[in-house]
Amino acid sequence: MPKGAGWRIALIAAFVVLSCIYLVPTLSPNLPEWWKGMLPKDKIHLGLDLQGGTHLVLEVETAKAVEGTLDLVATDLEDTLNSKNLRFKRISRTASDKVSIVVYEKDTATAVQKLIKDKYRDYEIIPTVEEGGMVGVALRMKEQDIQDRKDKAVAQALETIRNRIDQFGVSEPVIARQGINQIVVQLPGIKDPQRAIDLIGRTARLEFKMVKEGVSPTGGAVPEDSEVLYEKHTDPTTGATTEMPLVVLKKALITGDLLTDAQVRIDSQFNQPYVGIEFNSLGARLFDQITAANVNKRFAIVLDRNVYSAPVIRERISGGSAQISGNFTEKTASDLAIVLRAGALPAPVKIIQNVTVGASLGKDSIDKGLMAGGIGVALVIVFMAIYYKLSGMVANLGMVLNILYLMGAMSALGATLTLPGIAAIVLLVGMSVDSNVIIFERIREELHLGKSPKSALEAGYDKAFLTIMDSHVTALITAAVLFQFGTGPVKGFAVSLSLGIMINLFTSLMGTKVIFDLFLHKGNVKKMSI
Amino acid sequence: MMEFLGKTNIDFIGKRNISFVISAIISIIGMIAIIQMSRGVANMGIDFTGGTSVQLKFDKPLAMSDARKALHAAGIEAELQEVKEGNKLLVKLPRKSALAVGKAAELVPAAFVKAQPGLQVTVDSTTEIGPSIGEKLRKDTIVAVAISMLGIICYIAWRFDFKFGVGAVVATLHDVLAMFAAYYITGREFNLLFITAVLTIAGYSLTDTVVVFDRIRENLHKDLKGSLHKIFNNSINEVLSRSIITSLTTFLAAISLFVWGGEVIHDFSFALLVGIVVGVYSSVYVASPVVLLLEQRAMNKGESGAVQPVKA
Repeated sequence: MPKGAGWRIALIAAFVVLSCIYLVPTLSPNLPEWWKGMLPKDKIHLGLDLQGGTHLVLEVETAKAVEGTLDLVATDLEDTLNSKNLRFKRISRTASDKVSIVVYEKDTATAVQKLIKDKYRDYEIIPTVEEGGMVGVALRMKEQDIQDRKDKAVAQALETIRNRIDQFGVSEPVIARQGINQIVVQLPGIKDPQRAIDLIGRTARLEFKMVKEGVSPTGGAVPEDSEVLYEKHTDPTTGATTEMPLVVLKKALITGDLLTDAQVRIDSQFNQPYVGIEFNSLGARLFDQITAANVNKRFAIVLDRNVYSAPVIRERISGGSAQISGNFTEKTASDLAIVLRAGALPAPVKIIQNVTVGASLGKDSIDKGLMAGGIGVALVIVFMAIYYKLSGMVANLGMVLNILYLMGAMSALGATLTLPGIAAIVLLVGMSVDSNVIIFERIREELHLGKSPKSALEAGYDKAFLTIMDSHVTALITAAVLFQFGTGPVKGFAVSLSLGIMINLFTSLMGTKVIFDLFLHKGNVKKMSI
Repeated sequence: MMEFLGKTNIDFIGKRNISFVISAIISIIGMIAIIQMSRGVANMGIDFTGGTSVQLKFDKPLAMSDARKALHAAGIEAELQEVKEGNKLLVKLPRKSALAVGKAAELVPAAFVKAQPGLQVTVDSTTEIGPSIGEKLRKDTIVAVAISMLGIICYIAWRFDFKFGVGAVVATLHDVLAMFAAYYITGREFNLLFITAVLTIAGYSLTDTVVVFDRIRENLHKDLKGSLHKIFNNSINEVLSRSIITSLTTFLAAISLFVWGGEVIHDFSFALLVGIVVGVYSSVYVASPVVLLLEQRAMNKGESGAVQPVKA
């Protein structure tokens, strides 16, 4: 055996064994129990482009979360001032970070200011201004608190979306925050992407509001405390939608955060699905009071500013349960139940990127990618065997090792294989024999000069070393840049490419050399098959 | 021993005037393509422009004119693109389109079903890109290309010298422009995958250039007195067969992707093929002549007249 060949062979063999072990979880879906205990479990994941699925980037409209908080402050102040008999003209949010109160007298203003100081310590109080006999008091949210609120809104939105997806039932979803106000959602293998998108993107803010009777919704002016919302009706047979306007009080009596549960039920009379909801104790008490005080009046169940139904209160409802009906299908009812259970988003989200690949296209891509890869490998193997004969077969062996190592490494890292990633592997097949071509051509040159096979081999590897190094480093530079800037499929490409380049350096400089050494080490080989 | 090319003795450098003209034409077309892209007239993927694209599969063939009518009837303003295989159609909606993100996958197939009752429509894929994402991608792409070019120059300049670095970058830029030109002329869509192919080739085509440069450097050290013209020519001739064979193996792998790899990476592998071929050409006809030119200029400055002039 040539000097130093022993440990090189051992190293190559060790990598082969390691790669095989790491590949087991990828290749066999059901691992025996004893394997899971001590051996690697990570596997190569298929990218969404190969297994089908949806990749979403959502932007949380964080400014709305801040406004929402301030709207709550305004409502709360209104109640407090009323209960303390402090007379005011108007309380409202007047800017994205400011709530203003207009009162009639200076004394009231001082009292209000004192109240704010006690109750809202974290807010900044803006000095009073007098205008036209009125006095204005205002409080502003501090910049630091605004940032906190925004940050929390994104975290809450992420949690809520995770809840919804869990309840919807998607295997191995990825839900992660990206940058300041974005959330990335990946739903592999999802069958009905549109439904999932609707489910995730919905704010799901549930409100119970009283209907303002005696005001025509179409007749122009609506009182300041009211607004016009619409009730949508979809005819189940024609699919045509009609909108019915309704005037409701702006102030919500009960909101969705007082719910403890929501379930789909079937109406036994009309065989129509509806959503049954349960309130917590506070909600139940409020609901009891409101229904008792408003018998024979109508209230509207509003979700995200759409009226679902506006039933008349027939009698006082105690016990804390209610139902939301409004021509549901079983699917829409169950989706509504999911979003109500998972809770509302703290702020609306906007879908800014949606890449959905159907399962059939994904299947098609992976089949074709693998076939093209197989043919590519075969073409290269045949070419090398014909052109370089036995040496070509050594190069082919190196290439096969390359692919094995690459798959093993990707498996160990739990990397994601995308269609461009398959392309990268096929490309690497070509590139991995390149290094050997450079070496072989050099050896041929040295043989032409009359050197013996052994010294030609040494000279060939020696002189080709730097060339191979240089070419690999330049390729690696661009692969690294692609990795840094790429997303999704492109990143998968960069991962396969960079790993492959590094592995290729090892196999071409070490893997194939040792085989030649084994054959030629005695120095009496007269002819080389190259 | 099987050889495609025996010992060659081609005067590559002597033909540089012709090759410079060819390269200039290719580069100019490439630049036109980039200008057209920035003006938004080229076939841009929605990755960069923002907007929506929906790929549909029908159970029976649908004429383009019928498809256009169906969308028009539904009030959807879209650009249609035929897909080579199957009864497939790519519908691209501009960013200004009234459809909200998340709705296209519902509305577009519905428009077809309404116009042609009984037609089975499957959504193969949907891509919706908000304007902010497109903007970010465009910026990231420019930064990515710039950084990788810079990294390459630095590396080559460090390993060889600055003149070689310039030669390598000129050749790489030439390859990149050639890929833009080929895409532009064939009317293919410029998208993220194309940029991936461009960066890959930028790294790969250098492999060839480095092989040639290595030999030139080696021969420059061996033969200090010979004319540069001759040393460059000999070096290229010596490594010609390996340049061709290394590219050939990669070409074989890429062509199988092109022919059998399916629609998604069809254009991507086309870009790779163009890049591989142009990469060989540029390392012989662009990189080396540029280095020679720079070397000669440096020498003429240093010791004017001491070196015998090289015939152009």
